[in-house]
Amino acid sequence: MQPTYSVEVQDITRRFGQFVAVDHISFQVEDGEIFGFLGANGAGKTTTIRMLCGLLLPTSGQARVEGFDIYTQTHEIKQVIGYMSQKFSLYDDLTVAENLAFYGGIYGLGRAELDKAVQNAMSTIDLSPYMNKLTRDMPVGWKQRLALTCAILHKPRILFLDEPTGGVDPISRREFWNLIYDLADGGTTVFVTTHYMDEAEYCNRLSIMHNGRIIALGSPQALKNEYQKNTIEDVFIHLVKKQIE
Amino acid sequence: MNSRIWTILRKETIHIRRDPRSLVIVFLMPIMMILLYGYAITFDIKEIRLGILDQDRTPASHELVHDLTSSNYFIVSGYLQARDEIAEAFLKRRMLAVLVIPPGFSADMGTKAVTEVQVLVDGSNANTATVALNYIKSFFVARSLQMNAEILRSPVNLQPRVWYNPDLKSAHFIVPGLVAVIMMMICALLTSVTVARERESGTMEQILVSPVRSIEIIIGKTLPYVLLALVDAIVVVVFAQMVFGVPFRGDPLWLLGFSLIYVYACLCFGIFISARVATQQIAMMSAMLATMLPSILLSGFIFPILSMPKILQLLSYIVPARYYLVIIRGIMLKGIGPVHLWMPALFLAVFGTLLLMISIRRFKTNLEG
Repeated sequence: MQPTYSVEVQDITRRFGQFVAVDHISFQVEDGEIFGFLGANGAGKTTTIRMLCGLLLPTSGQARVEGFDIYTQTHEIKQVIGYMSQKFSLYDDLTVAENLAFYGGIYGLGRAELDKAVQNAMSTIDLSPYMNKLTRDMPVGWKQRLALTCAILHKPRILFLDEPTGGVDPISRREFWNLIYDLADGGTTVFVTTHYMDEAEYCNRLSIMHNGRIIALGSPQALKNEYQKNTIEDVFIHLVKKQIE
Repeated sequence: MNSRIWTILRKETIHIRRDPRSLVIVFLMPIMMILLYGYAITFDIKEIRLGILDQDRTPASHELVHDLTSSNYFIVSGYLQARDEIAEAFLKRRMLAVLVIPPGFSADMGTKAVTEVQVLVDGSNANTATVALNYIKSFFVARSLQMNAEILRSPVNLQPRVWYNPDLKSAHFIVPGLVAVIMMMICALLTSVTVARERESGTMEQILVSPVRSIEIIIGKTLPYVLLALVDAIVVVVFAQMVFGVPFRGDPLWLLGFSLIYVYACLCFGIFISARVATQQIAMMSAMLATMLPSILLSGFIFPILSMPKILQLLSYIVPARYYLVIIRGIMLKGIGPVHLWMPALFLAVFGTLLLMISIRRFKTNLEG
């Protein structure tokens, strides 16, 4: 059976002045998979995600998200995607409940829908001990879980995670990935960027980015086989070295 | 109401409630400004330092000096002995004016048609000099009339009466204007940082990936401040009235209604700035610069618009304080109502709405500059 694609990118480029942040890349993300973007800082991961989320326009190339064109249908795209960045983008002076109400509200969820969505999310992420605490008083790991909850209240078909585990301790990171697996099991496509090699191993498929270009794409196992390495880290170092030469 | 506007509005309200700094801006700053400006800006000049060079030294000359300085406009800061001391007194700023009574003053007064007295004024501060000169002139006009009246009747008798501010107290003129200037600054400051703050903290990015439209963001961020600014306007007016005793002849409810329109226009001005700049600092600086100077200089707050060069007169049409000044002075001092004030009010409403619409149009729901 022909797979259906959540994201289709064709030859997309984005320049900032003279600087080429994303350089003619093409890839597809299948429905329901966990698709990873591995690369160093400045490789173009964030720029790519921002283009797919309708935050930036490409300089050239074509792309569709859930079938919607990223030039002309950004409003439609925004209704079906979830987005969470490294900054977590929570309001520190609001309580957990108020943050949830706000992010649910801007997706147009009514009170009843919101309560249901929060209850739903609580089955995997139990925020109840913090509900009425100010967000600024929460540990980082909990802020991260709250940010994720805020991003999925409206049940997005695809979730974009831009370095979601930056600055979080290893145990919280591991738990966070369990949540990502739960989401994927529930049918949500997950598009995640990272520069942690161990996280790259968790993805169904992985693309390695360097200087705005995709230099390898495939499942972690396939990549390791192809380059005859034991870990993704070795694959990554091998590829980047080759690029520099 | 649209549920997304409501969501944003509620969140902004929580921000305001939990941020003590914004409450300081809203309530403490205006009160300090009222006190500072209210006392500092005054045209009522008192206790002008007057030097006396009495070369006559007769009872008549003593009487003249006594009469001139019995009002509290002048205080005698010293008696000079010779003309060449005058320059030094001015240079050391010991005296602002010197009255010279020539020898033979009392002798001439009975015999000659005209008796001469000289006054020298330090003109380096033109404003004070003019006021001092006017006081002295009117003193001598009154005195001459008094002396003449014994001899002949003056053919035309002017009976001056000043309406609305009979004592020409400058506080009555300044303080209502001060309300206009302060409200403009505070309102613009309040909204100017709301968008920039979220740009800095990164939450704006999170809002922009949602299907929220720019109109919902802009309106949701402006509305919560309207109530706050209106309460602020009441505080400022009541406080100014208590401290400076400015009369309030009109209907307070009408003033409240018109103030609502004014704060709306000012808040829209702030959001207009906010929608365009990247950082809170730039937003605050721009809000201060763009509101304070025009509101003070080009609104008619102190300097009459009609005596400005044509180009500045034209510029003053886009200064919202200009219109509110007409409204608040009209209601407080003259006791007039909407019949006479609908024009400036209409302008303010149009001005605010126009800025709001431009802000919505210019506000991008992505991160492209």
